[in-house]
Amino acid sequence: MLEVKDLKVAYGRVRAVKGISFSVEQGQVVTLVGTNGAGKTTTLKTISGLLQPESGEIWFDGRRIDGTPAHKILGLGLAHSPEGRKIFPRLTVEDNLKLGAFARRDRAGVAQDLERVYTLFDILRQRRTQPAGTFSGGEQQMLAIGRAMMSRPKLLMLDEPSMGLSPLMMQRIMSTITELQQEGVTILLVEQNAQAALSLADYGYVLEVGQVVLQDTGKSLLTDDKVRKAYLGED
Amino acid sequence: MTQSFFQALADGLTLGSLYALIAVGYTVVYGIVQLINFAHGEIFMVGAFGAVATFVVLGGGTLAWWVLPIMLAGGIVAAVLVALATERLAYRPLRNAPRLAPLITAIGISVFLQEAVRLFYGRIPGFPDAKSNVQFPNIQGVTGSPFVIGGVTIQRAAVFTVVALVICTIFLYGFVNRTRLGRAMQATSQDPDTARLMGIDIDKIIMIAFALGAALAAVAGMAQGLLNHNINFRMGFIAGLKAFSAAVLGGIGNIYGAVLGGLVLGVAESMAVTYVPGVFGGSAWKDVWAFIILILVLVFRPQGLLGARVVDRA
Repeated sequence: MLEVKDLKVAYGRVRAVKGISFSVEQGQVVTLVGTNGAGKTTTLKTISGLLQPESGEIWFDGRRIDGTPAHKILGLGLAHSPEGRKIFPRLTVEDNLKLGAFARRDRAGVAQDLERVYTLFDILRQRRTQPAGTFSGGEQQMLAIGRAMMSRPKLLMLDEPSMGLSPLMMQRIMSTITELQQEGVTILLVEQNAQAALSLADYGYVLEVGQVVLQDTGKSLLTDDKVRKAYLGED
Repeated sequence: MTQSFFQALADGLTLGSLYALIAVGYTVVYGIVQLINFAHGEIFMVGAFGAVATFVVLGGGTLAWWVLPIMLAGGIVAAVLVALATERLAYRPLRNAPRLAPLITAIGISVFLQEAVRLFYGRIPGFPDAKSNVQFPNIQGVTGSPFVIGGVTIQRAAVFTVVALVICTIFLYGFVNRTRLGRAMQATSQDPDTARLMGIDIDKIIMIAFALGAALAAVAGMAQGLLNHNINFRMGFIAGLKAFSAAVLGGIGNIYGAVLGGLVLGVAESMAVTYVPGVFGGSAWKDVWAFIILILVLVFRPQGLLGARVVDRA
């Protein structure tokens, strides 16, 4: 469904992504794990069009999308929930969610999806008229995921959804990801928390300074010695 | 005493409505692209000249009331087109340049527009020469014998100006808070990159911001013409600077701040002209007060009366 071929991305002279290739198949949860600076966020931003690649190709749903402006990519069915949640703090919860559906014109479908998000996250329904900036980190993350779902994407890219969350809230978010997968949404998950990400991923890629150094099924990576030492904090 | 107070208040609110209508343009554009569009005063001037052009093209020279909305529409179209052209040709190529570049460009556009109107307006067959004052048509209903209420004289054009501000403010409130594009505008102002991830075309939002500001400036240009009975190519300079001061006073980026700032500035100016005694009193000093207020605001409350950048502060 998504295929990235030999992607290179640079900020000025500094190359952050040095030739990454990976693919995401329909219905899968695929994760990119790695430490800070491995190039995970840069990769997602390039896929969603916020950054332009130096070279390489990005294919989504049978068409090449690198070079397509960011605002058109969402309409293709590819949503990106950015790192740090990036909700609109001075807008209400409901306005944030409606902005997630900005590219859609089917009012009935939007109303239906709004209801679906409210059912998934009851706290959002309770606080729908409040400015989103007053929320806790976990609530903001729910809002960010809900907002991304409002575009009814085929592929949902989540950047560090567990960042700064309590263990309980993190579990909640991770189980939401599994629920979304069961509903048929394909997910590309970027995480520093390798343990959590690999446990629920069908397939995983380990990134180090802009390159893929390991790739395998989530289960195999979890038990891989190198991964356990480097990312799961075991000796 | 009270009569002169209420006279000053009425004059101040009229003047303030004019400043407010222009100030919204500075603030909306700033809220989206963090650019002080110093050519906005000239957009106001173009709006006024566009209205006169419409009057000329209409022919017949009738001053009946129904000419008013047609002139207004013509002025708005002229102002919006010129504003969109400046955005497309001058500001957009500089979107990622250091902030000084678009600022200097704005000053260049300002001089360019003044000179273009001065030199070429009168060359168009049938159009009045614009090298000196151009007479503004005295449309029936909004000019002519003033209303006198309790000794306070209120020009008909003043009523037009204040009502225009009220209508425009209500329209803006509805647009920003109740429509899909208005929400997109607020989102863009708060976080442009994330707005793009929502499928919002930032270029389109920026064009809407310029067009909105220009339309309101054209309404102000019409009001100015009716109030003063004439217009000239330099009218945008002082009015633009004062409206900019009003936008800063209210909190640059905040639409309602611009409206409030305009009204406060207008009333302050009018009161100062009426009540300041001695050599600093009277209308000779009227242009000083706005800038004294601007300096005081920048020193003591740089975020303005209502605070922070925000098209989004509802």
